[in-house]
Amino acid sequence: MTLSFQAVVAGRGFDVALTVRPGETVAVMGPNGAGKSTLLSSIAGLLRPDSGRAELNGNTLFDLDGEKRTWAPPHHRGTALLAQEPLLFPHLSAVDNVSFGPRSAGVPKRDAKDHALRLLADVEAEHLAGQRPAQLSGGQAQRVAVARALAADPALLLLDEPLAALDIHSAPLLRRLFKRVLAGRQAIIVTHDVLDALMLADRVVILENGRIAEEGPTRAVLERPKSSFAAGLAGLNFIPGSLDGAGVLTSQGLRIAGHEEEAGQSATPACQGVAVFPPSAVSVFLDDAHGSPRNSFTVTITDLEPHGDQVRVRAGSLAADITPAASADLGLVPGMSVHFVVKAAAVSVYAT
Amino acid sequence: MDTQAYSGIPGWVRALAVLAVVVVVLPLLAMVLRVDWAQFIPLVTSESSLTALGLSLRTSAASTLLCILLGVPLALVLARDTFRLQGLLRSLVLLPLVLPPVVGGIALLYTFGRQGLLGQTLDMLGLQIAFSTMAVVLAQTFVALPFLVVSLEGALRTSGSRYEAVAATLGARPGTVFRRVTLPLVLPGLASGAVLSFARSLGEFGATLTFAGSLQGVTRTLPLEIYLQRETDPDAAVALSLVLVAVAVAVVALAYRRPAAVRSGSGKRTTAPAPAPGNVQ
Repeated sequence: MTLSFQAVVAGRGFDVALTVRPGETVAVMGPNGAGKSTLLSSIAGLLRPDSGRAELNGNTLFDLDGEKRTWAPPHHRGTALLAQEPLLFPHLSAVDNVSFGPRSAGVPKRDAKDHALRLLADVEAEHLAGQRPAQLSGGQAQRVAVARALAADPALLLLDEPLAALDIHSAPLLRRLFKRVLAGRQAIIVTHDVLDALMLADRVVILENGRIAEEGPTRAVLERPKSSFAAGLAGLNFIPGSLDGAGVLTSQGLRIAGHEEEAGQSATPACQGVAVFPPSAVSVFLDDAHGSPRNSFTVTITDLEPHGDQVRVRAGSLAADITPAASADLGLVPGMSVHFVVKAAAVSVYAT
Repeated sequence: MDTQAYSGIPGWVRALAVLAVVVVVLPLLAMVLRVDWAQFIPLVTSESSLTALGLSLRTSAASTLLCILLGVPLALVLARDTFRLQGLLRSLVLLPLVLPPVVGGIALLYTFGRQGLLGQTLDMLGLQIAFSTMAVVLAQTFVALPFLVVSLEGALRTSGSRYEAVAATLGARPGTVFRRVTLPLVLPGLASGAVLSFARSLGEFGATLTFAGSLQGVTRTLPLEIYLQRETDPDAAVALSLVLVAVAVAVVALAYRRPAAVRSGSGKRTTAPAPAPGNVQ
């Protein structure tokens, strides 16, 4: 009872292999154009990959590799898709929208309606049963859309940024709803919000340029990111290079000293690795400051922006968080050349 | 309403717009002024008039049905499918819009006429289409089909195929999606397309005369009757013209009436989502 998926869409540089275990919810994250929607569309049958094969619970979704090519149409796949917009059928009432799936499967009208009303109650939208979609708020409509997707009793639920179009008031309510609904359910959720990944998913898959950059339990990925995208999600500075003892040597020849997360991994020479440290561990100096094991690099400030009660000093892909007072004392402005200093003890170094 | 809003229309543009209205309305007014009201009822209820009106309504209804039957699938294929020479096919289908109707009539004659392309085959089946009521319906369908296809294809493109995609992932087979999602969503477009087709059929003259002739009770529709009467009894022609104007006004009002409250309400959300490529790529 597993989804196994492997597909190539040459035109989009998409080449992904993914497995979702029974009852597992996988979050898919990545920059725009990384192939997240291509992944969902291929699984749902709305897009035909060039090659690959996929199986859901023993049923072949598509097999474009073998001699005998097979392609199951979307309505035979049991993969309900919930998009950013609710896309409720505007000519049907909320309850008729929810009973659409069961009715299509041949469930008698009365049974489908009873089932729909129970599902609407589950998503706290029972009172909206008779309403037309145009009369619903964004959050209400999305709740009804959740009930509609569940009513189809999908083997795999596909969620394409289901919270992205909601205002900040309805998103938390819906996130709680998803937490309840997705528990023990096989689902793939595409999201931009690290909170969704943490709360809703067992595992996160980071897509970059049509390929899986890294995957693993959400917590582990955020704590020890191996891709710059995941580091960005976790709000960490991320410097890739080759491992060099307890440090990382960048392609520019800069060595960042840190502490090794796992001893002995640098035994293989020229192994690729990263140095990762939080912006709060970075101090900003006007002059070069050396001393106890520290890293100091000369950078040019690109941006200053408020970050909580701190000021985030950005220099290219690196960031430092300092107090507004310190920023004022140093007279920081974009374009200025300063030194970012970080203690080696605050830098994690590990292989990728 | 916002009647105070700045429109930015120059005065001379307004003047020309008024002139445009005059060009359309003045002839109609002139005709109405010419109507012999005392004789109006007897004129439009004469036997030949009623026969022509009845024939016109029956044939137009039949051709509208035919347009719906053939035009809906065609519009769907043009709007949703992608295939080679699609643009060429669209241009060909729209050709009757710009073709002089009499040319259409000749084309039909050389297709279905006794000497025509299919004439022999039809003859063997015992079918003679030219100069029959069937010919009237065919001529009307020929000229009216593009109206339905154009307005329905526009509606289909506007609504996009995202609802259909969602319906399919919910387990609905293509037939169910068509019946329960696609058709209801484009019903307003289909209705206005059908009304326009009906109006075009009702006014059909050139192709009908060429392909079907002018036999009372068989192929002489109202426009043909008016043309005939114009020479012998101008008063009757004017009276009957007024009847056609009244029907036309009713049709236009039906096709372009303000959308009903329910439709305009749901319409906002229907068209609001980003264009289809955003998500269903």
